[in-house]
Amino acid sequence: MIPLNINGADHQIDADPDMPLLWVLRDLVGLTGTKYGCGIAQCGACTVHLDGEPTRACQTPVGDVGTARITTIEGLTGAAAEAVRAAWIEVDVPQCGYCQSGQIMAAAALLAENRAPTDADIDAALAGNLCRCATYFRIRKAVHLAARTLEG
Amino acid sequence: MDTAFLAGPRPAAGLDVSRRGFLLGAAAAAGGGLLVGFRRAEAAESGATDAAPVNPLEAYVHVRPDGGVTVLSAHFDMGQGSYHGLATLVVEELGADWTKVDVVGATGNTRAYGNLAWGGTAQGTGGSSTMVSSWRRYRTAGAAARMMLVAAAARAWNVPAAEITVDRGVLRHGADRRAGFGDMAAAAAALPVPAEVPLKAPGDWTQIGNGDLKRFDRAGKTTGRQDFTIDVRLPGMLTAVPVHPPRFGAKVKSFDAAPAKAVKGVVDVVETPRGLAVVADHTWAAMRGREALFVQWDETGAETRGSDEILADYTRRAAGAPDAWARQDGDLDGALAGAAKVVEATYTFPYLAHAAMEPLNAVARRAEDGVIEVWGGLQNTDTYHQAAARTAGVDPSRVRMHMMKSGGGFGRRGSPDSDVIIEAVAAAKALAWRAPVKMQWTREDDMAGGRYRPAYVHHMKAGLDADGNLVAWYDHIVGQSILRDVGFPLPDGAIDQISVEGSSTLPYAVPNLSVGLTTTQVGVPVLWWRSVGSTHTGYATEAFFDEVAEAAGRDPVAFRLSLLAEHPRHAAVLRAVAEMADWGGPVPAGRHRGVALHESFRSVVAQVAEVSVEGGTVRVHRVWCAVDCGVAVNPDVVKAQMEGAIGFGLGAVMGEELTLTGGVVDQTNYDGYTPLRIDAMPQVEVRILPSANAPTGVGEPGVPPLGPAVANAVHRATGKRLRRLPFARELG
Ligand code: FES
Ligand code: FES
Repeated sequence: MIPLNINGADHQIDADPDMPLLWVLRDLVGLTGTKYGCGIAQCGACTVHLDGEPTRACQTPVGDVGTARITTIEGLTGAAAEAVRAAWIEVDVPQCGYCQSGQIMAAAALLAENRAPTDADIDAALAGNLCRCATYFRIRKAVHLAARTLEG
Repeated sequence: MDTAFLAGPRPAAGLDVSRRGFLLGAAAAAGGGLLVGFRRAEAAESGATDAAPVNPLEAYVHVRPDGGVTVLSAHFDMGQGSYHGLATLVVEELGADWTKVDVVGATGNTRAYGNLAWGGTAQGTGGSSTMVSSWRRYRTAGAAARMMLVAAAARAWNVPAAEITVDRGVLRHGADRRAGFGDMAAAAAALPVPAEVPLKAPGDWTQIGNGDLKRFDRAGKTTGRQDFTIDVRLPGMLTAVPVHPPRFGAKVKSFDAAPAKAVKGVVDVVETPRGLAVVADHTWAAMRGREALFVQWDETGAETRGSDEILADYTRRAAGAPDAWARQDGDLDGALAGAAKVVEATYTFPYLAHAAMEPLNAVARRAEDGVIEVWGGLQNTDTYHQAAARTAGVDPSRVRMHMMKSGGGFGRRGSPDSDVIIEAVAAAKALAWRAPVKMQWTREDDMAGGRYRPAYVHHMKAGLDADGNLVAWYDHIVGQSILRDVGFPLPDGAIDQISVEGSSTLPYAVPNLSVGLTTTQVGVPVLWWRSVGSTHTGYATEAFFDEVAEAAGRDPVAFRLSLLAEHPRHAAVLRAVAEMADWGGPVPAGRHRGVALHESFRSVVAQVAEVSVEGGTVRVHRVWCAVDCGVAVNPDVVKAQMEGAIGFGLGAVMGEELTLTGGVVDQTNYDGYTPLRIDAMPQVEVRILPSANAPTGVGEPGVPPLGPAVANAVHRATGKRLRRLPFARELG
C-alpha cells in the first residue's frame, strides 16, 4: 500500500510503485480531470501539482511521490486558481477542452510565482502544454486577465 | 437523458432541407414534459410504408418538468462548438434561459438526425456542415416548443395566446400571470402540434449573431468535469490497448499470450479485426502486458514503401500527363505555347496526422437488457451504429450508441471503417460480454494507426501574355483518393472530387484552365483532415498564384481582385483583409507580409500573415483574417475557430510531417510529430463580414489560407519559394 495525499485527502493505493501517478489518479482513484495525451512528458495534459509545483503525472512513478501533496484540477483552489478559471470563462478559452486541465494547472502555478507575466513569460511557462485546438491566443489573453484580477 | 430517444434506427427517408418536407410532431416524454420533433409530411400524406406514427420520438427539444431544456444534438462536438450552435438556435426561438440549457448527443433515429447537408440519409458530422444541416430544423423545433407552451398557458389562464410573452424560460400574461416552462411542459405536450411554425425575422434575433454570447459548456472545461470517452467508467469495466501490425496491411500469423497474461492486472489477450487487444484491469496494466506480448506478423501484401519513395514516384508522375481531367476550360496547350512568360513549379505535401489530444477510444458493453451499448466520438454516427451491430452480431435495433464529446478530432473520429468502434465491440464480444471494455489507443497507436491526410504532389504551370495577363493555368494533382481508400466505389479514371476541390474550383478568371488528377494506389490508409482537399489545393493554388503575380509584376491583392469580377464574395473578403492589415501601407522593420484567399465548405476566408525570418527560423507575428460564413450564428465561436485554424494550419506548414521508412511510421509521439506550441502562436485579428445568407462552414475554412499566406510572406523576406512542406524541410 502506498499512502498518498490527493487534494487534501489521504488515500492508500494498492499499486506497483512504477505505475505512473497519471494512471493511479485516473484508473484507481477515479479522478479523471487529469488527462492522458502522450505519456512521455511532451503534452502537459497530465499536469498536476506536487507541493504546488507543476509536474507531469505521466512521468511520475507513484512510488516517488512520497509525502508530497498532490493537487489535481478537481482540487485546485486558491486565489490564483479562481482568477485563472474566471478568466478562462470570461475569455471563453476552451474548444474541445481536453488540454485545459493541464493548461489551467500550469497557468495557476505560473501566477502563483509571477503576478505580472509578460507574453514571453507565459509562452515559456506554457510551452510544454500542447493544445491541438490551438487556443493559445486566448490562453495568453486569459492569463493576462487573471493577472490583472489578482493585482486587484 | 431520456432513453426513449434512443430507439433503434428507422429507415432513412431522404429528408431535404426545404421547409415543405416537414410536419411537426410532439409527444409526451416518458419522464413527463414536452418533446418536439418532426415527421415527414409527404410520407404521412402518401401513406408510404415508412410513414411515422403521429407522435414519433424524433425529438430535438425536451422541456423538462423542472423547467430545464435539453437540446438533443444531431451533430457531434469535437470542440468546434456544434452543441453550442444548436443550443443557440433553440434558445433564440424558444426563449429559454441559458442557465437551464443542456445539450446531449442524440443517436439512433436517422429521420430525425440525418445530416441534411448530405441529403439526410445518414446521421453524421463533417465538412463543416452542422449549421448547413440544422439551421432550419433546430430553429423550427424551438419555435414550435414555444408555441405549444404558450398555447398551454393560454388555456390554463383562459387568455388569448397572443397576449402571452416569453422571456428566459418564463411565460407571462399581464402583471399577475406567470409560469415557468416546467409548469406548462406537461400540458403543452398534450396539445396538437402547430402546422405552421413561423420563425423570427433576423432583425428580432437576440441570440443568433450576438457577439457577447459565450459557450454554455465552457465552465465544465475549466474544472475537469467535462467527460470524454476516455473518462467513461462503468462497473467492472476493463481497459484494452490494441496490438496493430507495424506495417499497414499485415495480419497476425501467430502470438504467444502467456508472457502478457503473466503481467499483473492483465485479464486476457483477444483477437480483433485488425490484430489483437490486451485487456486488463486498468490502462497501465494493459500497456505493460502489451510490452510482454510476442506476435509474429504475416506481411504478405503489406505496404513496405517509405514516404520518400512514394513522393518520388508522385513527382515523376506529376511531370507526365494526368489520368483524368477535373476541369478543362479553353485551350491550355495553345495558350501556354503562345504565352510570353510561363511559370512552372512543383509543390509537395507530406502525410499529416490528426494527432488530436484525446487518442482514439471507444467503450462497449452488453447491458443487462441484452442491448449492446457503445460510447465514443460518434462522428459517423449511423455508420458506427451499423458497424457495431455487425460486429456484435445483433440487429441494429439492439444497439444503443452514446455520443460523447471528444478531445479534438479534426476528421479522425469520422472513419468509415469504424476502426476503433469495432475494435472495442470485438474485444468485449471476445470476452463473451462478461465486462464492459474501454478500448484505449495510446498516443503511439494513434500516431502510427493510419488514416492520414494523404501525401500529394501538384505540378503547376501558368502562362502570362505580353501585357502580364494570366491566360493559362494548369494544375496536375497526384495522390491517393480518400473516398476510394475509405471504401466508396470509385471507378478507375473517375475523379474523386475531394482530391481536387479547391483546385478545380479556382475562382480566378483564367480563359484557359486545366486541372488534372492522377490517383495513386498506396497501402497507407488516408482520411479527411481538417479542410480535406483544401489542405493542399489551397496551398498549391495560392502560393503558386503569388509566383505568377510576381512574374506579372503585379501586387498580389490587386492582381487577385482584377480576376474576381465573377466572385463578389471572394473580392469582398479579400478587400476586407487588405483593409484590416493596411495592405500596401508601412510594415515594421524586418517584417514581411503575404496574403492568401480560399473558399472551402461554402465559406470564403482571406488572411494576411506578417512574418520575420532570422537564421532560417520563421516567426509569424500577426495574422489578419476576414471570413464570409453567411450568418455567423455564434460570432465568438467563429472567431475562436479562425484563431484555432490559424494555429492548426501554422503547426502543419511549419513542422508537421508523417513519414514512413520501409512501410513503418517513423513518428511515434509528440516529440517526432510536432503540432504548434504557444510560443509560435501569432496574434490574430478576425473580421466576420456581415451577411444575410444561411450559415456556411466555420470549423475548417480558416485552415487553407494560412500556409500560403505565410509562405508568400517568407518569400518576400528571403526570396525563397517554399514548395515542399513542411517549412522545416526547406529552411532547416
Ligand atoms: S500525458 Fe503527460 S505530458 Fe502528455
Ligand atoms: S482545447 Fe482542444 S486541445 Fe486544447
